[in-house]
Amino acid sequence: MELLISLLVGFLFASAVYLMLSRNILRIIVGTGLISHAAHLLLMTMGGLKRGATPFLGQGATAYTDPLPHALILTSIVIGFGVTAFLLVLAYRAYNELGSADINDYRGLAEDE
Amino acid sequence: MNNLVIWPIIIPLLTGISLIFLQKNRVAQKSVAVMGSLISLFYALFLAYQVKTGGILVLQASAWQAPFGISLVADVLATLLVVTANVVATACLYYSFKVIDRKQEQFYYYPFLFFLLTGVSGAFLTGDIFNLFVFFEVMLMSSYALIVFGGTKPQLRESVKYIAINVLSSALFVMAVGYLYSVVGTLNMADLAVKIKEANQVGLLNTVAMLFFIVFALKAALFPLFFWLPGSYSAPPAPIAALFGGLLTKVGIYSLIRVFTMIFAYNTGYTHTFLIWVAGLTMVFGVIGAVASMDVRKILAYNIVSAVGFMIMGLGVFTTVSIAGAIYYMIHDMIIKAALFLLGGAVITVAGTANLNKMGGLIKNHPTLGWLFFTAAVALVGIPPLSGFTGKLLLIQGALGAGQYWITGISLTVSLLILFSVMKIFLYGFWGEAKTSLQVKQGSTKGLLWPTALLIAISLFLGLGTEFFYPYVETAAQQLTDPSDYINSVLKE
Amino acid sequence: MKTNNLILQTITKFVAFILLAYSIYLFLAGHHKPGGGFIAGLMTSGALVLLYLAFDLKTINRALPYNFRNLAGIGVLTAVLTGVGGPVLDYPFLTHSFGYVNLPLLGETEWATAVIFDLGVYMTVIGITLTIILAIGEDS
Repeated sequence: MELLISLLVGFLFASAVYLMLSRNILRIIVGTGLISHAAHLLLMTMGGLKRGATPFLGQGATAYTDPLPHALILTSIVIGFGVTAFLLVLAYRAYNELGSADINDYRGLAEDE
Repeated sequence: MNNLVIWPIIIPLLTGISLIFLQKNRVAQKSVAVMGSLISLFYALFLAYQVKTGGILVLQASAWQAPFGISLVADVLATLLVVTANVVATACLYYSFKVIDRKQEQFYYYPFLFFLLTGVSGAFLTGDIFNLFVFFEVMLMSSYALIVFGGTKPQLRESVKYIAINVLSSALFVMAVGYLYSVVGTLNMADLAVKIKEANQVGLLNTVAMLFFIVFALKAALFPLFFWLPGSYSAPPAPIAALFGGLLTKVGIYSLIRVFTMIFAYNTGYTHTFLIWVAGLTMVFGVIGAVASMDVRKILAYNIVSAVGFMIMGLGVFTTVSIAGAIYYMIHDMIIKAALFLLGGAVITVAGTANLNKMGGLIKNHPTLGWLFFTAAVALVGIPPLSGFTGKLLLIQGALGAGQYWITGISLTVSLLILFSVMKIFLYGFWGEAKTSLQVKQGSTKGLLWPTALLIAISLFLGLGTEFFYPYVETAAQQLTDPSDYINSVLKE
Repeated sequence: MKTNNLILQTITKFVAFILLAYSIYLFLAGHHKPGGGFIAGLMTSGALVLLYLAFDLKTINRALPYNFRNLAGIGVLTAVLTGVGGPVLDYPFLTHSFGYVNLPLLGETEWATAVIFDLGVYMTVIGITLTIILAIGEDS
């Protein structure tokens, strides 16, 4: 199971890097989303995968999964959500102002003006 | 349990929240902001005094015991930096009153400023690696909002890149945390410091250490990961750039210092030698950028990069003296970089351009600005009575003491070039012929100078009052090189 | 532009309420089972966004004349103040408490101060999500 998930993480990272290296800003945003998903999945795998138990330690529970990675992932998902939403709004504004979604047009430094 | 530790985080947070509701009322907004900043600053001073006299303070949030819950730890280093961050933020706030116009205030400028301070203070005070990530994100989210403030084209352009890079580094941070957790099984810094020596996994842990290095080096703008900084930091308005220059990169350096003294200090031959190399390259490349540029903001931004090199040099040498030097230099740099960016903003307001080739003769009409800038520039380089001197002296003492001669040579050469790069602004901008075309629409420096004068006065105090101030820094460095105090205070409860 | 979205509007009238009800369930379930303020907040904002899509901005703004930014502020404030309750009563920051009461109809019921914190999260999520979506939506 760990091996399978690790391969999946690798695949997600590869896709994310591919997307982030492209020129369209929307693809880059999708790439950043994917890369954080890959990181979350990796975090979960690193905590050890176990089936058949919840990450809650109730009274008299015989089995439980390590809850810490889950808590970390949840926190990280919330943060990722906020950042992606912000980035989408920003990309929209940038598209309106600069008239392009191609990252090559975002070059040029302040002294050109 | 000690709730004193939480207030440097809560006070700016509550101020920021109440400012959201006061968005319509400018006067109320400003008075609340002033009050919040002052309360926060004085509380930070009080906390620093408490920690110096009474030892490390620890808060186990929501009463979860140490390795399981989130610990907030106020040691001397953390509180010193919290005080400095508050000083910088306060000065930038007062400067903003003159620069940020009504329209921008409507977009929640002041709340974001306080949220940034919340994140920075939290990052300094936390004793848990994942919590460090969370406070990093609080800080970064506010910085994302601040960097687009005003929404000019260069800002939009640069902020897209800035955010994309930081999202990537956040993902790497999460990964590094995951690896660390799987190897050591804990994320509490004190617990890590104990368990990492027992883990006996040098190869794997070196990988994790390097991953953490990449994450923090991206935030701290170390070679070769500084490429984003000059563009991003020269785009936003002066007070925001000053906040970023004073605080954001320093949080990255703080994390490096914390992590590479307390946690990844089991294999210094590998990790810390690497740090010295990186420090040397960062200094050299940063100063080359500064010397080559003719844009006031770019010169200052590149100077951030080379200053980062000095601090990491102190960390890489890894003796108590050199780490004390790094801390002293970091505090000095936070204050003086903020002052320089604010003064740079004033220079640009006055001259109407950021390009040095189009400036000249400003000293005739703005002598105060000119001499303030001169003092700040001299302090940056480290001419004796000012604060940069002590830091550099300690750094060089530490490096020579440890037999690191070539890095000492590089750092001294770079210092000279830094002097040249900032004096260039002075020579081109303030001396020489006044460029006639610009005399027409000269801006005013009214209200812009006293916050910076305050910062420079503090720098002077840091330089002249070394006798008074050094014991604090020395204690901070001792607590880092010998973390047993830290570990005991966190884990004993 | 006037498009005929009768089907969407009719369905929305039902679905939005199912979503809202489910989000309340998720919010309350969150204390012991999967759920909680964040996911419930997302679900609620999903329902609201659906309403915005089916009808138009003007109609919904008339029905819900609230400033969502302030809602986010109130949410964060609630969450922080729950945390500050700890230090005020001389417990560590963010300490929570729970207990049981006998309610007339429900029998023995658990109460927990963590719910107030969660309520803050819930409001923050709704506030921020809708602020962001409307920031793009209002721009035309």
